[in-house]
Amino acid sequence: MGDERHGDPKHSGAVDPVGQGDVNQFTNPGLPPHPPRITDTNPQAEKRAERQVMVLFIISVIGTVLFFFGYFGVGHTGIEIGTKLRLQNTLIGLGTAFAMLGIGLGIIHWAKALMPDHETAESRHEIAPESQRAEAQEIIEQVLEESGMKRRKVLRNTLLGAAAIAPLPAIFMFRDLDRSQLGAHAMVDRLRHTMWSEGVRLVRDPSGLPIKASDVQLGSAFHVIPEGLNELHEGKLNEKAKAVVLLMRLPKDKMTVSPGRETWNVDGIVAYSKICTHVGCPVALYEQQTHHLLCPCHQSTFDLTQECKVIFGPAGHALPQLPIKMDDEGYLVAQSDFQEPVGPSYWERG
Amino acid sequence: MKALSQRRRSPLAVFALLVIGLLVTGGLYAVASGSVSKAQADETTQTVNGSVENGSKLFAANCATCHGLAAEGSDSGPSLVGVGAAAVDFQVGTGRMPMQMQGPQAPSKPVQFDEQQTADLAAYVASLGAGPAIPDEETIDISGVSDEELANGGTIFRVNCAMCHNAAAAGGALTRGKFAPSLAGVSEQHIYEAMVTGPQNMPVFNDSNITREQKKQVIAYLKHIEAQGSPGGQALGSLGPVSEGLFIWTAGIGLMVAFTIWITSRHA
Amino acid sequence: MSQTTEYTPKTDVGRIANFVNQRTGAAAAVKEFGRKIFPDHWSFMFGEVALYSFIILLLSGTFLTFFFDPSMAETHYDGSYVPLRGIEMSVAYSSSLDISFDVRGGLFMRQVHHWAALLFVAGMSVHMLRVFFTGAFRRPRELNWVVGGVLLILGMAAGFTGYSLPDDLLSGNGLRIIDGVIKAIPVVGTYISFFLFGGEFPGTAIIGRLYVLHILLVPAIILLMVVLHLMMVVIHKHTQYPGPGRTEDNVVGFPVGPVYAAKAGGFFFVVFGAIAAIAALFQINPIWNYGPYDPSPVSAGTQPDWYIGWVDGALRLMPGVLGDFSFERNVAFPWGHNTFVFNVLLPALGPALFLLGLLFAWPWIERWITKDNREHHILDRPRNAPFRTAVGAAGVVFYCTMWAAASSDLIATHFHVSLNDVTYWLRTIFIIGPFIAFWITRRLCLSLQRKDRETVLHGREAGVIMMSPEGGYSEKHEQLNEYKRWRLVSFDTPQYIPAQPDEDGKITKKEKRRAKWSKFFLEDRVAPVTPAELAAAHDHHEVEGGDHKSLGH
Repeated sequence: MGDERHGDPKHSGAVDPVGQGDVNQFTNPGLPPHPPRITDTNPQAEKRAERQVMVLFIISVIGTVLFFFGYFGVGHTGIEIGTKLRLQNTLIGLGTAFAMLGIGLGIIHWAKALMPDHETAESRHEIAPESQRAEAQEIIEQVLEESGMKRRKVLRNTLLGAAAIAPLPAIFMFRDLDRSQLGAHAMVDRLRHTMWSEGVRLVRDPSGLPIKASDVQLGSAFHVIPEGLNELHEGKLNEKAKAVVLLMRLPKDKMTVSPGRETWNVDGIVAYSKICTHVGCPVALYEQQTHHLLCPCHQSTFDLTQECKVIFGPAGHALPQLPIKMDDEGYLVAQSDFQEPVGPSYWERG
Repeated sequence: MKALSQRRRSPLAVFALLVIGLLVTGGLYAVASGSVSKAQADETTQTVNGSVENGSKLFAANCATCHGLAAEGSDSGPSLVGVGAAAVDFQVGTGRMPMQMQGPQAPSKPVQFDEQQTADLAAYVASLGAGPAIPDEETIDISGVSDEELANGGTIFRVNCAMCHNAAAAGGALTRGKFAPSLAGVSEQHIYEAMVTGPQNMPVFNDSNITREQKKQVIAYLKHIEAQGSPGGQALGSLGPVSEGLFIWTAGIGLMVAFTIWITSRHA
Repeated sequence: MSQTTEYTPKTDVGRIANFVNQRTGAAAAVKEFGRKIFPDHWSFMFGEVALYSFIILLLSGTFLTFFFDPSMAETHYDGSYVPLRGIEMSVAYSSSLDISFDVRGGLFMRQVHHWAALLFVAGMSVHMLRVFFTGAFRRPRELNWVVGGVLLILGMAAGFTGYSLPDDLLSGNGLRIIDGVIKAIPVVGTYISFFLFGGEFPGTAIIGRLYVLHILLVPAIILLMVVLHLMMVVIHKHTQYPGPGRTEDNVVGFPVGPVYAAKAGGFFFVVFGAIAAIAALFQINPIWNYGPYDPSPVSAGTQPDWYIGWVDGALRLMPGVLGDFSFERNVAFPWGHNTFVFNVLLPALGPALFLLGLLFAWPWIERWITKDNREHHILDRPRNAPFRTAVGAAGVVFYCTMWAAASSDLIATHFHVSLNDVTYWLRTIFIIGPFIAFWITRRLCLSLQRKDRETVLHGREAGVIMMSPEGGYSEKHEQLNEYKRWRLVSFDTPQYIPAQPDEDGKITKKEKRRAKWSKFFLEDRVAPVTPAELAAAHDHHEVEGGDHKSLGH
């Protein structure tokens, strides 16, 4: 088969027909003759190489000096960042570099030019000589015999059983890695709840100022947190990681609203979770002409006009919508919490 | 001749080459970073009063094909009624308009109109309907921004802008060929105008979303980090781990290969 | 003991050496290692690049621990970096900023540490590629190949845990991605996430925990593995490339003392110097640009360090929804509904398990297919093992496609193409690229082998054009000398072995499968030139010459 594809086997370059390789082989000619180096034959070249090595070592010394010049000469901490800190970093770095390269290149040049360059051969030893193996086997058998492991089966089996379960406490010790002291169900249930609830105002991230419906013009995007988040002392980032919302206004004719969500927007103003349903990056990129939301981490793209359905990328479901309304003063507030867990999917999400 | 070729093979030559390479890289960067600050000095805001009449003529000649004779918009260009003078100053002043060809997005290119013409066009478009005006000098004067306000500007930038423009304002990708440009070298006025008008796919950041003071802080932050440069050395485009990884695989591993070949080669 | 007269040294150094030897028996080690032979080849030095980078990581890392505080307690920054002054952040981030701006040389040390980390994993990768493509993993070195693979994974683990420590926006979003991936694991994922983060993401525990892993556990295991790795190198002795004088029973090279020690020792300083030069001139991970971690902002260009990039790229390549089909499956169980997050699970675990599984198992797979269980100390030139080289190339393309996908956004902006198109193209390459790479590489290897045969049989093209008295032109061919020839003919290439009956005379199904693979991998084969062929070729030349003459007239 091979021969036909690769031409006449009698000519060079032909594929050897399978299984018919000639067994007779060339013999190893041994190490080739060793030509002397210029430093071996020419004393002047040898002197020159010696000087070169010395110069390299001196360069190393200069490098160390350069380091100290950068360290003490440029200034103390808190120096101007763009110029002086950069200069210091460069001087310290190049100083170190020259100090190291000088030594390294010097030693290697020394080895190459002045130390003997005769290649020599060393023979390999058998890795596992048979005599050793036999001896080891004997020893192991003797040890097993003397220990009684083979005869006293009850002892062996109870020991194995005990050893198998003894590490379990060590594993279960890690149960309290979650510091919340919650039971298993309550632990997982946290993922379903955020700070949003009825009447919680939508406020700007990070200033905490409330947002009037009239502030939200077509084409604008507000990064929103729930009112009161900034005042939290504990777990602020945990709450923020679930509660951040993106607020935009859509032209009414571009919106598709599914049954049950008719009242979730305020005159085209919609609020969606900013946490990507893929693996949780903030989906913060709003294209105001196409009304697409893009996640910069893995490029999941959500279509705002179709209730943030996934139209590209690795996300598996739409961004959850936050039902909003207007309060008496004209500020935007939540109608309730999200109706589904925000962020990445997980086993218990269902 | 022979002596020369011998010297070329000398191990010192490799070393010298390395030193030269390192110095040149450092030197080039120093030159490059110098030119950035020079470019900045050229940016000065001038207020020129535009004439609606001249603007109207310019518009008819240069813009009406796409935007319609009365700027009412067409299939190939949006309506400009109510976009304001700021939008015109930004689009025309950065060379984005007139567009060279239809594409996913109008990129900035050499400016086609002089300041007077731009002002005329802006005046004309502003006369068609109320919209954001070109900011006056006081609005974008960042000299009075305190350190605290500067830091606040940084926070606002990270929340509202960094996801598209990158934390170091180096730019980033959007969907289907669109992109958020780098903000290096963009004037205070144009940054401000972009925020209030939301050019192309950029959202609008009106004064109730990001106040005038906050916009000033954002601009001050951008100008600060631009002037400050990169203390650690050449910034590799400020593109993050990708350019760093690329660098170690090209320059880093390349350097290592060069050294190992030298180390294991036979001395002449 | 006391009967024999004790050796009394004459110099001070001698006295110290003698003292040490009498108490430790160090002379035995000197005898064993002092003149041990190491072969010299540039491609053998990448393990050293990795090892030296690791030492530099230990040195610079220790310096950094003196200043770094892995606490996630809130603080207000008051250091020298103006644009962050007064901003609320974790103590970890604040102390990282202090290292950068308020500890002299701290920025340099951070940059050395990070660049060395990138070079560490890159060095290991190049080293493993060399070992793979030259077949150095074959018996007796299979276990050392596995240890090497474990080291690669540990290197990535060390890198990732370190990447997250400064608690900046970039690394925080990286952690958030990890959290999302962990949550996708069926049944236990949610709990693992809670246990890792000490509750909900991000919590206040993760940095401290990663810190312990990063500075204690992972480096300790790496160190242990390095010791194992080097011990096995001593036991096996180094492999060598084929060449005159080199056999399966010897090692040709330089003795440790003085040449090899000088070269290897000097190389440590060279690697250190190179990393220092890079850290002096090129900025890495400017954490002050990213700001403190906050779950709301994100930066364009959020990517992991290069060695995690391929997993990130796989996450990007996977479509979450195809038409109306979502890869997120809600399944009804008797106890309620549960979710399989295949759009995260498949890309996060699939390629990694496949690639690492293949990597670890390859020595055994190759042994099974080729039925070659001999010891190998002479390396293959990659072209002389076309099937292996082709598999390696396919693996490299597979890996690099995912790697490229991790920078799809930067590819889009820098080459002015659509981000979506880049993803579509990379999805295509991800599927067909490895096969094309396999095919092309194997063809390439076979062609190179044929070229070698040509060179052996007809000599090297000397670049001299000769004109015959009759006016015909031909190029002069120089015959190879026996040393050069030996390099080209001394290889041994496995052959297709059809299915063999077992002891009972039956051909098992497994054996049939092996034979199929064997046929697929090994059927196309170029054998080395034999002396007989060479002699025949020389005769042929003379005949050819004769033909020429007759044609001329």
